[in-house]
Amino acid sequence: MTISKSLNPGRRGGSMKRTRRWQTALHYLILAAVSLFFFLPVYYLIVGSFRPSSEVLSGISGFVPTNLSFDNYTGVFEHLSSEATGYFGQFAAVSIIVTTVVVAGSLVVNSMAAYSFARMQWRGKKVLFLLVIVLTIIPFEAVALPLYFMFSSQRDTVYIQAIPFIANAFSIFLFYTFFLDVPGEIEEAARLDGAGPLRTFFQVVVPITKPAFATVAILTFLAQWGSYLWPVLMVSDPTVRPLPLAISIFQNQQPPEWGQVLAFGTMFIVPVLAVFLIFQRWFVASISSSAVKG
Amino acid sequence: MTTQTQTQQIQATTVPARRRSAAGLSGHRFAGPLFASPALLGLAIFLVAPFVLALVLSFYRVQLNSPRPARFVGFEQYSRLFTDPDLAAAFGNALLNNFTFALIVVPVQTVLALALAVLVNRKLRGMVIFRTFIFMPLVFPLALTAVIWRLIYSRGDQGLLNAILGLFSGGSFTSHDWLGDPSTALGSIIVMSIWQSVSFQMIIVLAALQSVPTELYEAASLDRANKWAQFLNVTVPGIRNTLIFVALITTIFSFRLFDQVYLLSRSGSVDRASTETVMTQIINTGFDNNNVGQAAAMTVIFMLIITVIAIIQRAAARQRGGV
Repeated sequence: MTISKSLNPGRRGGSMKRTRRWQTALHYLILAAVSLFFFLPVYYLIVGSFRPSSEVLSGISGFVPTNLSFDNYTGVFEHLSSEATGYFGQFAAVSIIVTTVVVAGSLVVNSMAAYSFARMQWRGKKVLFLLVIVLTIIPFEAVALPLYFMFSSQRDTVYIQAIPFIANAFSIFLFYTFFLDVPGEIEEAARLDGAGPLRTFFQVVVPITKPAFATVAILTFLAQWGSYLWPVLMVSDPTVRPLPLAISIFQNQQPPEWGQVLAFGTMFIVPVLAVFLIFQRWFVASISSSAVKG
Repeated sequence: MTTQTQTQQIQATTVPARRRSAAGLSGHRFAGPLFASPALLGLAIFLVAPFVLALVLSFYRVQLNSPRPARFVGFEQYSRLFTDPDLAAAFGNALLNNFTFALIVVPVQTVLALALAVLVNRKLRGMVIFRTFIFMPLVFPLALTAVIWRLIYSRGDQGLLNAILGLFSGGSFTSHDWLGDPSTALGSIIVMSIWQSVSFQMIIVLAALQSVPTELYEAASLDRANKWAQFLNVTVPGIRNTLIFVALITTIFSFRLFDQVYLLSRSGSVDRASTETVMTQIINTGFDNNNVGQAAAMTVIFMLIITVIAIIQRAAARQRGGV
């Protein structure tokens, strides 16, 4: 012992290295297990969508990719092929239109309000901004029912699915925190060039605060693409039914065709998943900046 | 990068660079209110108005599209919520479910978010791939999540979870109806909810972890603090406010619980009594049963709970350092 300690100093380093390697191996093992928990349902959805319905619920072999075909996908389109059932393409179109309108609208409307609060001087501004901050804690759920009461005559329209979600107190707040950091000299320079507030905002401020716009776009998109409660209240006509409501009705069919349900789900999520895989960095950045101190 | 270079370019042209941020816009007196008005109008119509309307409706007996006019009933809707035997039992049960959900999910999900953040915060080869897997559920709408997990929880020995447990227990595990059994229904909803949303919280914690100054860790290791001591004395205090923020949003999320439960109860695949939430009650009462006044009273109570949580946790965050 004493000899190895005094004469062989490298020995201790070696054992430390070995513990480190064990630690790393353990780390990988835990990572793999955790990843499996998060990925397995995704894998099950996608693989199951290519397998016969009878094999989707077949114990462990539900995970094995055998007998793959596009039958479930053609099945979904055959199943949804009348006015009464609605069409998949129609559901998707409603979701795409509503989400696009909400995302685009909220980028314009909320950023302008935030800019006004952050950089312009006007009477009543402070009180109104305080009100916006207070409004950030009201979740949509708290107003869903009275809102349905107010607009029940507009049921089964596309626009009523989008318009209530354009103005968003939290988005205003997010933009606000970004606009506070814009150096005043930039606006000053624009003013000296003869630009009015509108041009200053759109041509000078917007281009240098792109991350704010990406953040709000991503967060709004995720909330809107999965929006379920409002369509439950406002939509009964299949021609204006968005995807989340459509899948909840489709999975309820009797007898259940699980392969088709998974095919429906895959078509619902794969475009989003693809965008996520490409822009993962942006997704992560937008979520971490959503935690700016409230 | 571009931001910096552009800033520099513009600064270079502005001589002298004075700090007169908004004063430069004083020529346009109405620009400020005009910029803010579309969003404020939207918030007034779609958030403030229905919020006030909920308060008003809760004092009436009122139905949608009913020939009978609304009748003012004072606090009757509220008192019925707590005294009417049928209603009070159901509403109390729904509240209890929300509180149980919050009581389990808030600590579990906050700790899990922290653990996962620490797990992926090491620079290891292939970490990008692991992170991708863990972040993936983030983009899944709750309606789709509920559909996938409904199959995973499916009763009978062909259900995935049952089959996996059967395999690991060497066949001694007999299949279980996870969603249908009152004792496991809420727990099953909890697991699927955590699966979908924990990575959101984790990303927030991860950002906080990376902002803890490294000098603090260096100082701690000079003091011969081991990893665990460093974690408790440097990491946790350093991200305290973020953890409170995460607990706050998770608590509020627990009370907003609706999509998964409503979808599953609609398809009859989940035990209703043990999973009913305040939100599903509001929708059942006001929408399915057209008892709008009653549902409005529930909405007001729901709102009160959310407000109290927000105030408590904000106060907690302010105590030290402030959020």
